[in-house]
Amino acid sequence: MALDTSIRADHRAIVTRVPQGANVLDVGCGNGDLLALLKQEKQVNARGLELSPEEAGVALARGLSVIQGDADSDLGVFPDNGFDVAILSKAIQQMRRPVFVLEELARIAPEMIVSFRNFGLWQRRFSLVTSGRMPGHRDWHDEGALHPSTARDMIDLTRALGLETVAMAPMQANRVGAFRKNGLSRLNWGADEVILHLRRT
Amino acid sequence: MNRQAGTFLRFPSSICDCLTSLFSPDTSGAMPDSGRTPLSEVRHLTLPDPLPLDCGERLETVQIAYETWGELNADRTNAILICHALTGDQFAGSENVVTGRPAWWPRMIGPGKPIDTNRYHVIATNVLGGCMGTTGPASPGPDGKPWGTRFPVITIGDMVRAQRAFVDALGIDSLFSVMGGSMGGMQALEWAVQVPEKVYTAVPIATAARHSAQNIAFYEVGRQAIMADSEWCDGHYLAEGKRPGRGLAIARMAAHITYVSESALKRKFDRGLQDRDQASFSFDADFQVESYLRYQGHSFVDRFDANSYLYVTRAMDYFDLASRYDGRLADAFKGTPVRFCLFSFTSDWHYPPVASREITRALAAAGAEVSYLEIESDKGHDAFLLEEPIYEDALEGFLTANADQRGI
Repeated sequence: MALDTSIRADHRAIVTRVPQGANVLDVGCGNGDLLALLKQEKQVNARGLELSPEEAGVALARGLSVIQGDADSDLGVFPDNGFDVAILSKAIQQMRRPVFVLEELARIAPEMIVSFRNFGLWQRRFSLVTSGRMPGHRDWHDEGALHPSTARDMIDLTRALGLETVAMAPMQANRVGAFRKNGLSRLNWGADEVILHLRRT
Repeated sequence: MNRQAGTFLRFPSSICDCLTSLFSPDTSGAMPDSGRTPLSEVRHLTLPDPLPLDCGERLETVQIAYETWGELNADRTNAILICHALTGDQFAGSENVVTGRPAWWPRMIGPGKPIDTNRYHVIATNVLGGCMGTTGPASPGPDGKPWGTRFPVITIGDMVRAQRAFVDALGIDSLFSVMGGSMGGMQALEWAVQVPEKVYTAVPIATAARHSAQNIAFYEVGRQAIMADSEWCDGHYLAEGKRPGRGLAIARMAAHITYVSESALKRKFDRGLQDRDQASFSFDADFQVESYLRYQGHSFVDRFDANSYLYVTRAMDYFDLASRYDGRLADAFKGTPVRFCLFSFTSDWHYPPVASREITRALAAAGAEVSYLEIESDKGHDAFLLEEPIYEDALEGFLTANADQRGI
């Protein structure tokens, strides 16, 4: 396929982590861009969960299987091991109950791909030191960023939940770096966003 | 008592015009008796075999009234069955030739519409027990007199078995889709459970897998109103040349409250007075909402048979899919190949979103391919018949994607 510049870099990177023909659940699938890409590139059996009826409606209208619902409360509809891979893209920090959501993902699928904003990025660290204000693209009181975390915070949590980090990749200015097993310190210092490939142990 | 009942349905006729199209297509269109075709001449088919019923009895002769739009393709794979709600009929996509009322789902069915008649062969039948040409309590019984309450009690399962026999008789092996709202959604679910191998997709809309106690209660009020009408004559009013119009109108009024949301009633009427500046200190229809409801009841009685109302509401009351599977709804769908798409509407308190979510949950647990959309709407249960762009686009997308997959 010709490289389509309209496709988000993180979506392209996530696609590389998903096996051919897998059963995939995308939690917070939005308008279904990633699911459509996964179907096209990896012929996956794609399902989505999306909170916004408008976004879910768009995904449905393009022929995707989408359940309108809230990850914080509706993941219970999916059976244990119902999927091979569960994806949570740029949503974990917006969850009211991130631990519960991660546990649910691990119940639903043995492998997870989770991406999030890294508040350990050096500019954000300095921003707090120099300006005395919380770093981020939104006001601290926006509902959009309930649980800011660094890459290290997230890895610690996933480890505590019994999840193994298969690989992690940094993302900066719509470019995704290589997936690596190690190098958390560098990633935590230099990545704007992080994509984690996790596995239940 | 009689005097009171006599004034019950009196309302200023001038209000009709301004009220007719406020909520649903159901209230618009020509009044009854403006039709051209006698009921006996609607398009129908007599089933080749007797129909066994859940109650243990069987109907020796069953006639199914139906209507179709669009062409059946050569492979016979593009048929969509539209199932109607309690008081609907087979005229989903075109004007009712008997009453002259407009199609009840005109936004969805037609060329270029979500249920595209250029692509699909769309079929709608009148349900078993109905009164628009399909065998029901108003039909002649074995002795030639109207069945009345001698008609056996039927279930949603019986309705679907009748539809299956009908579809078989048309020479159609499997349906591309079965869909419907409200009771129509129950039939879509029932189809998917009875013959999953014959249903490619199912679209249950604003429905439930079981009738709630609240719904049973509302319908019981309606049935009691009908049976309390002295003109009901223990169910044999047709033989006696009478019609329990007052009872049926009250039944419709009670049910209609459940079809609209509190917020929509407030928005449209609130406590507004009808054609007067102050309360009359009488039992006239002082309030607009009273006039509206009285009109709903009044306009219903000429087009619907009271006994059909008893039988069809009873069938809905008995509907409980999970009861056949020890209360485990997911077991009803285990291994199903049917692709589901469910819709609910936030302000629907007749079949609230939680009921659709319960079905979605069971389907997901059964590993079924299921989509579900909860549409933001303040139009209550009737929203499934009304303009809701997200819902219409999503339904069209779902059908198109599956039709592509099926090579239609």
